[in-house]
Amino acid sequence: MCAAPPQTPTLPAHVDITKETVIYGVVSKDSTPVPAAYVRLLDASGEFTAEVVTSATGDYRFFARPGEWTLSVLHNSGSARQPVVASEPGLVEVPITLTSA
Amino acid sequence: MSRSDALVTADWAEEHLNTPGVVLVEVDEDTSAYDGGHIPGAVKLDWKRDLQEQVIRDFVSKEKFEALLSAKGIANDDTVVLYGGNNNWFAAYAYWYFKLYGHEDVKLLDGGRKKWELDGRELSKDEVSRPSTQYQAKEQDTSIRAFRDEVVASIGNKNLLDIRSPDEFAGRLLAPAHLPQEQSQRAGHIPTAVNVPWSKTANEDGTFKTDEQIKAIYDEAGLDWSKDTIAYCRIGERSSHSWFAIHELLGQSNIKNYDGSWTEYGSLVGVPIEKDV
Repeated sequence: MCAAPPQTPTLPAHVDITKETVIYGVVSKDSTPVPAAYVRLLDASGEFTAEVVTSATGDYRFFARPGEWTLSVLHNSGSARQPVVASEPGLVEVPITLTSA
Repeated sequence: MSRSDALVTADWAEEHLNTPGVVLVEVDEDTSAYDGGHIPGAVKLDWKRDLQEQVIRDFVSKEKFEALLSAKGIANDDTVVLYGGNNNWFAAYAYWYFKLYGHEDVKLLDGGRKKWELDGRELSKDEVSRPSTQYQAKEQDTSIRAFRDEVVASIGNKNLLDIRSPDEFAGRLLAPAHLPQEQSQRAGHIPTAVNVPWSKTANEDGTFKTDEQIKAIYDEAGLDWSKDTIAYCRIGERSSHSWFAIHELLGQSNIKNYDGSWTEYGSLVGVPIEKDV
């Protein structure tokens, strides 16, 4: 097996990941990354906290804090919802798979 | 002002792409979004480079705004239709900004870029150029813009409307979570402010909820409509979205947007701050 090691997100140089809680990953459908999907970060009460659009490689990234979150994704090819628990600052990778709308 | 004056649907915009006198303008936080594909015929405004002074923190002068719109080919009697990403945050900010400088006919595209994309409507990479104009702006209408002294003096007597996410309001986050959290200002909110996140007024596709639903959200939060209101967020763009909902959709004229917002207030020496953590 010669799979590439897990990729970490490209972060701005000044970001200190011992303090930031970075929730990130790739949105895909049928094993193919989905660019231009709308990814929402909802707090534990379901309230909107932030939204990003996935990059050309399907990547998204949030700077959150430790706690319980939900990711909600919309795209014209499908949608997804995924709970996330970030227990401490650092990198939290959450791959998301879309299911057809 | 009412919904039909201030808001247009994606269908309406698509039908008017080639209508003389209608100019679509894209304004995004991600200023490269336009270049990756925009609504056909739309021109781009860069909220940071075009709408902000580059040395001091303020909006560009009336003369610079005139030069900008003239160069973009926007005329005084054009219908300007604004749209953008982030659920129209920066487009709503530009809407408020156009109103600040007295543009008569401005509209917001309901749902912005997101709804347009989710509908699978056409995006173009073609360069757009419009013949230049001689745009004349008015003096700033400060009946819709609040400054810090007024905000501090409003504690306990006007409605202060904090439209950030609950985590930012509580002081657990300092910025919306698509941005790094290390910021220089203190965390929390202005005492007496009510927290009605901007997102409560919008559907997940970025379109606004109905006027009745929007009014009920503010009623439930305890906003006293008989009092003047000042809306704020972190830098004044999301609060433009809520200002739009209240001033333009609900027709409540006694609301100002505080563009200094938390990045200013949270850096002031000695002002009161409430924090939930």
